[in-house]
Amino acid sequence: MNDKNTPMVRLKKVNKHFGKLHVMRDIDLEVTPGEVVVIVGASGSGKSTLIRCVNGLEEFQSGRIEVDGNELLPDGKSGKSLQAVRTEVGMVFQQFNLFPHLSVRDNVTLAPMKVRGWPREKALETAHRLLERVGIQDQADKYPSQLSGGQQQRVALARALAMEPRLMLFDEPTSALDPEMIGEVLDAMRELAKEGMTMMIVTHEMGFAREVADRVIFVHDGQIVEEGPPQEVLDNPQQERTRSFLSRVLKH
Amino acid sequence: MDVTFQFDWQAAIASIPYLLEGIPWTLLISFGGLAIGFVIGIIFGLARISPTALLRWPAIAYIEIFRGTPVLVQVLFIFYGLPQLLGGPINALTAGIAAIALNAGAYISEIVRGGVQSIEKGQREAGLSLGLSRTQAFRYIIWPQALRRMIPALGNQGIVSIKDTSLFSVIGVGELVRQGQVYIATTFTALEVYFMVALMYLAITLSLSLALRLLERRGLVGQ
Repeated sequence: MNDKNTPMVRLKKVNKHFGKLHVMRDIDLEVTPGEVVVIVGASGSGKSTLIRCVNGLEEFQSGRIEVDGNELLPDGKSGKSLQAVRTEVGMVFQQFNLFPHLSVRDNVTLAPMKVRGWPREKALETAHRLLERVGIQDQADKYPSQLSGGQQQRVALARALAMEPRLMLFDEPTSALDPEMIGEVLDAMRELAKEGMTMMIVTHEMGFAREVADRVIFVHDGQIVEEGPPQEVLDNPQQERTRSFLSRVLKH
Repeated sequence: MDVTFQFDWQAAIASIPYLLEGIPWTLLISFGGLAIGFVIGIIFGLARISPTALLRWPAIAYIEIFRGTPVLVQVLFIFYGLPQLLGGPINALTAGIAAIALNAGAYISEIVRGGVQSIEKGQREAGLSLGLSRTQAFRYIIWPQALRRMIPALGNQGIVSIKDTSLFSVIGVGELVRQGQVYIATTFTALEVYFMVALMYLAITLSLSLALRLLERRGLVGQ
């Protein structure tokens, strides 16, 4: 169990290599419970890799990662604690990754029933409540391919929340969406942040970052170059690399 | 002298009851062999993509051997060759089913491998990120999707294997072709009888095609 003082996530000197590529260099990072951390940086900077390490979708080679008291070990040797971490950490992907062979309802109830062992009624009740909350209660019988991108991503959010996670990871959740659907997904995330969910978000939506983030982290070449409240990092960056990145991103 | 040969419909029709006796054997060897071949295919197809070399290499060896040799040679080896090793005869039906199972199993292994590998990486990641174990992610997420994609290729293999059983007349199983040959030996009506034999194969393979098309259409829901 966690109180406000012990971090939900703690990375200590984490290093990761893809072959010769050094994609994470001595990353130190702590996220406190209830905090919303937005990670920005150019593509290939290592920001997605960073959050994918937090739930063990990527292995790292040295350092330590602790999530809600469970420790992940280098080189994929985490064993049982990996399963524990994944059960407590939800993730929303850029490409939604809904299960196309399952209805919306079954997408949301699968993990609670199979992993948490909930009876069907309890899983259905939770699914119904969550789908209503993200505004897709009428689509529960449909299949993912019958929904718009924005709706699919909201189902993906409901699916992750159904496991009652203590931490939510978002890997560019709006990058694959048509512009008119970005708002509905950001609204749902905004609401979640308001309720006090601990969140780590990789995004290019600077307006959203400014509004929702408690802290913005700028990653460049696998290193954390600058971090702080959004007003500081986004409006008054101290590092040249941050400035040049922001000037490129904010032009659009 | 009149040498024009007439197709004798009466002779063709007369052969039907005799040929029909071969159909259960053809079906038994085909579908018995395919059912076992499917199980073999799942096991070796998955072993083929295992990260463990100790599982992968035997699977590769099996697939290459049984894909790379003719099914006729395989059945002759099993029926005439193996008894010398085992010291006892092998029943022709068993040999036929075993040959289809081993031969189709090699092809189905590759179908299974292709089907499983065609599922996007993100599906597995989504499953794992929800806390499913690797086995659960495979069973509930990857396999059902892979199986649907495999249906057309499995249908193809089914048709090929059904036709392959016609070769097993050489080991004396009373399947369709064998029945035809025996009948022709007394009636000399090769044209009519082989025509009927061909029609019967066509009836079997067309039924399978139709059944698979229906299955595929049902499976498309939700894709």
